Amino acid sequence: MISKVNLNDSRRVGSETKFPNEKGYYGEYGGRFVAETLMQPLLDLESAYAKYMGDPDFLSELDADLKNYVGRPSPLYHAKRWSEEIGGAQIYLKREDLNHTGAHKVNNTVGQALLAKRMGKPRVIAETGAGQHGVATATIAARLGLECRVYMGSEDIKRQSTNVFRMKLLGAEVIPVTSGSCTLKDALNEALRDWVSNVDNTFYIIGTVAGPHPYPQIVRDFQSVIGREARAQCLEGLGRLPDALVACVGGGSNAIGLFYPFINDSEVQMFGVEAGGEGVASGKHSAPLNAGRPGILHGNRTYLMQDECGQIEATHSISAGLDYPGVGPEHSWLKDTGRATYEAISDQEALVAFDRLTKLEGIIPALETSHALAYAEKLADSMHNDKIIVVNLSGRGDKDIQTIATINSITL
Amino acid sequence: MSLIKDCFSNLQRNHKKALITFITAGDPFVKDTVPLMHALVDGGADILELGVPFSDPMADGEVIQRASERSLANGTSLDDVIGIVRLFRRDNLTTPVVLMGYYNPFQNMSHESLAAKCLEAGVDGILVVDLPPDEAERLNSELVKVNVDQIFLVAPNSPESRVRKVCQLASGFIYFVSVKGVTGGKSFDAQEISASIARTKEISGLPVGLGFGIKSSEAAAAAANISDGVVIGSAIVELIEQGGDVTTVAQNLEVFVGSIREAIDDCDHTV
Repeated sequence: MISKVNLNDSRRVGSETKFPNEKGYYGEYGGRFVAETLMQPLLDLESAYAKYMGDPDFLSELDADLKNYVGRPSPLYHAKRWSEEIGGAQIYLKREDLNHTGAHKVNNTVGQALLAKRMGKPRVIAETGAGQHGVATATIAARLGLECRVYMGSEDIKRQSTNVFRMKLLGAEVIPVTSGSCTLKDALNEALRDWVSNVDNTFYIIGTVAGPHPYPQIVRDFQSVIGREARAQCLEGLGRLPDALVACVGGGSNAIGLFYPFINDSEVQMFGVEAGGEGVASGKHSAPLNAGRPGILHGNRTYLMQDECGQIEATHSISAGLDYPGVGPEHSWLKDTGRATYEAISDQEALVAFDRLTKLEGIIPALETSHALAYAEKLADSMHNDKIIVVNLSGRGDKDIQTIATINSITL
Repeated sequence: MSLIKDCFSNLQRNHKKALITFITAGDPFVKDTVPLMHALVDGGADILELGVPFSDPMADGEVIQRASERSLANGTSLDDVIGIVRLFRRDNLTTPVVLMGYYNPFQNMSHESLAAKCLEAGVDGILVVDLPPDEAERLNSELVKVNVDQIFLVAPNSPESRVRKVCQLASGFIYFVSVKGVTGGKSFDAQEISASIARTKEISGLPVGLGFGIKSSEAAAAAANISDGVVIGSAIVELIEQGGDVTTVAQNLEVFVGSIREAIDDCDHTV
């Protein structure tokens, strides 16, 4: 039996599973591993979140913002030419690239910034990898009149210079992070250091389903609008649920947003796609669910890329947004239970898919998203043409033009 | 019996406050750490905190971050750190040693094996910065079995409910974080925290050490006035960072710690 859910479904706080439990765990993953200084602020955030997610005023403001500012619902688009070229399953794209700021990230920043405002915090901070979450945070901070500081690895600043300039235009201060590997994980460390130092007036807007409880839950709940819409759009437009879902996984926020509302639809398969970099066997990748083991980083227990002594390893991916050694704890749980399957796609495969979608459908996808597209091609190829795959087109590729040009030795 | 408990009792009998010093193990090289530990004791340190390096030290400021990076560049492991303590114990059986670090490298070893190794090498306490009591029960039950103290942090923004939670598992002493921030950062305001320190002492029945951002003799004296012990970290690590051969660094450490010792001993102990 498939229950029909309409687009305006008001369930926000996830009730599809019993997780997270009261200690913030998804099975044996998650939790709250932080210094004592952050414990009370996290407990305060947890209770504020529970309060406002039951507050009709808050929810209607959130709804209005998602509709009028973000531009939701996003379309579910049948990529006919691309599907035909592959010659297998029909691929539908959930067009998160059409959101204001060009990616799924804004669904979460709108929600968290409203929380910040309600909790009386005049200052917000964020970490960013590709810059999409930073831009989405700077955007909403500008709109709500909040002071905004974004931490970004100096390596990522180089490869995503357009987004850095966008953030600055929006009035945010962008702080280059030069410690460790100078990428997303180090930006997260630095944001946590800022938060612990300014916890009284600052709200930390985490961009992915990582961090200590309740962050993985908050981000999942705000991103679940993707899956709620996609599920309803499938039922309304196609008369049935899809056979498979595909999304890229760095921290995993766009993937969990798509997956979560389908979690009890056992006939819908779920595929998360990690960054295989130069190949999982090479060691130069960002695929903890494929090649890591459980450990503790950034406040939660999850699969990590780490050495035999428990030191976090350097990651590699062509896409800054996937260049992270951990993954949201709920994905670790979904992997262990077998409800979702996690695959890896190499830099090269992602680039091929990037080009194919651009040429065949007139949609330039983000390099992060291109990993999901590359896997969707393989999957579609193995399925009959009456099957349906929904791919989360999590972001647009304008930000990656420079990277693509450099790879092709073109000077812009 | 715990060396930490004995240490605080002795100091109290002599109306003195504890001087607790922090250095990162293996900074710059594993072979340097034991001589530096002896130098700290010679300068007047009562308790030694030995940092276990981690790739992502989220609660540390730049100075200790760099120390971690230097140590890891030479591949220092938790086993190496425990080995350092074992070697230190050949010449010192009285100064308590506390390992301080982040949970991932600790839990990478089974809790049981970690506890056994600590007991065997002569580690007296463990402080895991990112392990609040809510997540600490499994490690704590193993440490209790071998009589290794688990030190916990209490923060200036910890309400009474949190202090009580911490005190359920804490032993040895309480590490009171003097400011909301990271190590080696801003300095504390004694007026703001003295009541919280007194409350923590009362609830826990344990000595309270004060740390984070204490760099000078003046700050150390002010900290000693409102607590049972003073933790100095980044200021010492900076001296190691300045470099030189290990004998010179050891001398610099001994002189600096000596000056802090003097400031603490001279202060007016009203607590």
